[in-house]
Amino acid sequence: MPVLARTFEAAGFSTILVSQIPYLVETVGAPRTLAVEFPLGHTLGQPHNIPQQKKVLIQALDVLKSAKEPGTVIHSREIWPVPQKEALKDWQPKEPSPLIKMMTPHFLEMAREQRKARRDAPQDKNRRN
Amino acid sequence: MKVDSFKYIPRLLGAFYQNIDRKPIRPIPWSPLKLPLTRCKFGLVTSGGLFYKEEEPPFDLEREKREPTWGDPTFRTIPTGISQEELGVSNLHINTKDVMADMNILLPLQRFNEFVAEGRIGGLASFAYSFMGYQGHPPNAAEWHNTYGPKVAQKLKAEGVNCILLTPS
Repeated sequence: MPVLARTFEAAGFSTILVSQIPYLVETVGAPRTLAVEFPLGHTLGQPHNIPQQKKVLIQALDVLKSAKEPGTVIHSREIWPVPQKEALKDWQPKEPSPLIKMMTPHFLEMAREQRKARRDAPQDKNRRN
Repeated sequence: MKVDSFKYIPRLLGAFYQNIDRKPIRPIPWSPLKLPLTRCKFGLVTSGGLFYKEEEPPFDLEREKREPTWGDPTFRTIPTGISQEELGVSNLHINTKDVMADMNILLPLQRFNEFVAEGRIGGLASFAYSFMGYQGHPPNAAEWHNTYGPKVAQKLKAEGVNCILLTPS
């Protein structure tokens, strides 16, 4: 979505992006971003938690108002009120997406190879001395 | 506090995100805010895969199932006075139960209508727009940038919008 923010900004709009993945936003580069530490699919909060949604949106409007240069990323202090393990499970689709289904064997193979490489690697110098 | 991008992302998917070769695109465009927010008209754009059930079809998830490295690049038009029951969600990358219960977590139509009523912002466009966030693998947002993004920009411009809030899923 940082790409669309750039498209709109270049067309003359002042844009504000809210994102859970500042890592991605910072790589591509978006004009103004509010980063939130929320699970995917819940960019502005929990369903029916109006005070939380309003707080995030008002923070986003503040970033829109106060950002002075392109690439501004402000990190929200809002805390997701559900334990991490539960939240991580909650947002994911019941069935993995078609891409994840297709890629999983490939990733498991990669992970196996990495483990094997670590096992087979000669011990590092410090230990040998 | 710095937001941890991977706190709620499973390890496999996190490795996947980090392995994608994304090149920084510079310079970053910049259109300074020219008016106070109380005079700005807002457009809302999400990539949640939302659609207005009575008027438009869902995103093409059938093709994505057949071709997992492809994602639908088109957009849907959503009247900003829509009720929750009229809204559909087509997205294979999230559990859609919570957004089906309250659209405001991805498309804050009710919150923004309240902001207008409170005088916090100048106005809200009559239509919001939704894309579907998954743009294939490796991700390719070229159609967003070249075709569908400019179409939405044109529509928002025609409504006199100054500011856009973007909410990915």
